[in-house]
Amino acid sequence: MTSTNQTTPPISSFWNDTGKTGITSWIFSTDHKRIGFLYFYSVFSFFLIAVALGVLLRIELIAPGRTIMGPQTYNAVFTVHGVLMIFLFIIPGFPGAFGNLVMPLQIGARDVAFPRLNLFSWWLYIFGAGIIIASLFTGGGPPDTGWTFYVPFAERTTTNVSLAVFGVFTVGFSSILTGLNFVTTIHRLRAPGMTWGRLPLFVWSIYATAWIQVLATPILGITLALIIAERFLGTGLFDPARGGDPLMYQHLFWIYSHPAVYIMILPGMGIISEIIPVFARKPIFGYKMIAFSSLAIAGAGSLVWGHHMFTSGMSDTAILVFSFLTFVVAIPSAIKVFNWVSTLYLGSISLEVPMLFSLSFILLFSIGGLSGLILGAAATDIHVHDTMFVVGHFHYVIFGGAVFALFGAMHYWLPKFYGRRYAEKPAVIAWALMFVGFNITYFTMMVLGMEGMPRRYYDYLPEFARLNLISTIGSWILVGGLALMLVNLFRGLFRGEPIGRNPWGAATLEWTIPTPPPTENFEEEPVVTHGPYDFKGAGIP
Amino acid sequence: MTEGNSEHATHIISYGKLASVWLALLFLTWLTVRVARHNVGIGHVWGSLTIAVVKAGLVIAFFMHMKYEGRLLRCLLFFALSVLAIFIGFTFFDVLYR
Amino acid sequence: MSGPPHKDYAGAKLGMWIFLFTELLLFGGLFLLYAVYLTRYPREFTAAGREMHLVLGTLNTAILITGSYFAAMAVTAIQRDERRRAVGLMEGAVLTAAVFLFNKYLEWSAEIGHGIYPDSPRLVAGPPGESVFFSLYYLTVGLHGLHVLIGGTFLTVVAIRVQRGTIHAGNYVLLENGALYWHLVDLIWIFIFPLYYLIL
Repeated sequence: MTSTNQTTPPISSFWNDTGKTGITSWIFSTDHKRIGFLYFYSVFSFFLIAVALGVLLRIELIAPGRTIMGPQTYNAVFTVHGVLMIFLFIIPGFPGAFGNLVMPLQIGARDVAFPRLNLFSWWLYIFGAGIIIASLFTGGGPPDTGWTFYVPFAERTTTNVSLAVFGVFTVGFSSILTGLNFVTTIHRLRAPGMTWGRLPLFVWSIYATAWIQVLATPILGITLALIIAERFLGTGLFDPARGGDPLMYQHLFWIYSHPAVYIMILPGMGIISEIIPVFARKPIFGYKMIAFSSLAIAGAGSLVWGHHMFTSGMSDTAILVFSFLTFVVAIPSAIKVFNWVSTLYLGSISLEVPMLFSLSFILLFSIGGLSGLILGAAATDIHVHDTMFVVGHFHYVIFGGAVFALFGAMHYWLPKFYGRRYAEKPAVIAWALMFVGFNITYFTMMVLGMEGMPRRYYDYLPEFARLNLISTIGSWILVGGLALMLVNLFRGLFRGEPIGRNPWGAATLEWTIPTPPPTENFEEEPVVTHGPYDFKGAGIP
Repeated sequence: MTEGNSEHATHIISYGKLASVWLALLFLTWLTVRVARHNVGIGHVWGSLTIAVVKAGLVIAFFMHMKYEGRLLRCLLFFALSVLAIFIGFTFFDVLYR
Repeated sequence: MSGPPHKDYAGAKLGMWIFLFTELLLFGGLFLLYAVYLTRYPREFTAAGREMHLVLGTLNTAILITGSYFAAMAVTAIQRDERRRAVGLMEGAVLTAAVFLFNKYLEWSAEIGHGIYPDSPRLVAGPPGESVFFSLYYLTVGLHGLHVLIGGTFLTVVAIRVQRGTIHAGNYVLLENGALYWHLVDLIWIFIFPLYYLIL
């Protein structure tokens, strides 16, 4: 195969084979691949903005006292950082981007069950994002409540809570419709021979995620609607003076927001389950248990929301129940980790970049998960609740976990869609910088939390200064690595070396079609005769 | 002609059966009002809810055709309702024991 | 795999049912709050319940049940290729939606006139449990009313399409899904009715 470095792929593919060009052929497209890219670039833009906000937060915290912003601004910045990351990047991003791009291909389908609804989901997302952005610059200014919008402050603050919350509501509706679409797609559109037992584990994870989107997000919807009702109508449902109970807000909020973190992590785990067998040249160990554990995480994860409320004044009975169940939900995650490691054992491991991200995922997610147990044990939680320990915990699982998995997916799958690949060495260096920078940034936070530094605090005691300085420097290394990664990746996708159909030697269906894929996906409906990690059965050495 | 709806034998519910269900629902409505008015106090909430569940069951089974649908839809409905029950039930671990 | 994607009747129905689940969960949040506050304020809820308009509420219950009946009959009608009857039944269902909403308007006008509305001076001054009851009432019934409006609109669109012949015995999944949505509206009211009108 020739190795030319032309700037545009001359091959006919979904990028150009419909005959339509221009922006309208994209923003009104019902092709799951185009919609996947619409999501990918939208969510990634918000990710980068939120990263910038995070960098600003760390600059403010580099030393005690005021550095670059005042306390009100600080409150707004961490609120917006959280809202963007959670509601405009991670939650919509995994299903919306890689779910859309890859899942239909992996089940051998032509598209999703409801392509127009899929497009509508993206438009709702954009509309909601627009409302959230508008809320930052209008009215009383950006919300300062934290992304959790706790009452009573969320009811009383004069900042633009109602508009922001309405934007989140809209984005939530988008998430619900995507979940509905994906559940139906996976039930109805699997190719002949694609039994449930042959589904790629990424599809299993998207399936479990879709159910959480469908069943948990409506509770968020009603909770957000209630905030607006409280602010505008004075319904007083969370106001003790009017007979309300502020804890009921917390229950309703976390009934969604805890399962939501599994929306954030399950697809990432699915990605790891795809990458590891390919780069260890070994079928996945314990396929059934990994598939089952995805469902178990979704299910058990819906039972533990009270662990965010141990210090809120909840009953001791509830504390006991939720703490116990939190330990239970760790088990299926551990099953996955054991199975991934067992897959590596005696495998023929090649440490290319997708594998590096996957291996670091296992480490970082495990650290984050274990710190979650410290939080989940009610007694120890009392010491670390609402401290920087929590901030460290969730950045380990979401950033070190889900987002690293996303970076792995970007290196693994995007070349298939662009037909070109990135340069390996800069990618490895970028990964290494991010890995080192990440740990410096966030491990220090866990120590700070243990030592007593609260979260969401604009200022801190002098004894926390040294670790804060180290954490901030870590954030610069992290962001430097991120920048290098992005420059290298996108330069490669647009101008790098062309790749063939199956550069990684994987056995799932998306690698059987041309690179980049045509709009139709499959020339003929595939008939599946082997499992997703059965390299021999797929005829791959 | 699309294979749309005609590719399988869709069960058609007769007007007569639908009318019976409608009458049953109206009767149950009358019953639940009567029970409430003659049993004052909070104890009858469970009674009212039981009748409501029966009414809902009739609507779901016959008006919404669930009786004639496959196992998948029935399981999924049960699953969704269980999730809601758990959300409410677990909240009561807090509310009842403060 | 060229050509238009084939229509998947079972898939369309599955999708609609999943959407109904989301609606159940949406209202579920409000029912959760009701359950909690009923446990906390049984006497105030009973007292507040006695101020509700039982006649209008019962009437509305019967009206929605009837609308549901019409919608279910419309599905049978289209399956039997009885187009005119199907259109008539859909129109009847839409009419029940309109009557329901009109009754609601009457009811709310009366209640607001009596100083019963969220954050009203009367409720703020009264027992807290009563204020909670009526806040939940307005939110739940209001959200339900919004769904009656949406459902009525959906049914109207379907009726027009049946009239035009784009929905017919060979392809009526849209009518069936519209009817399913309408039944959901009925179902939610079946629970709202005893919880708000029969707490006596």
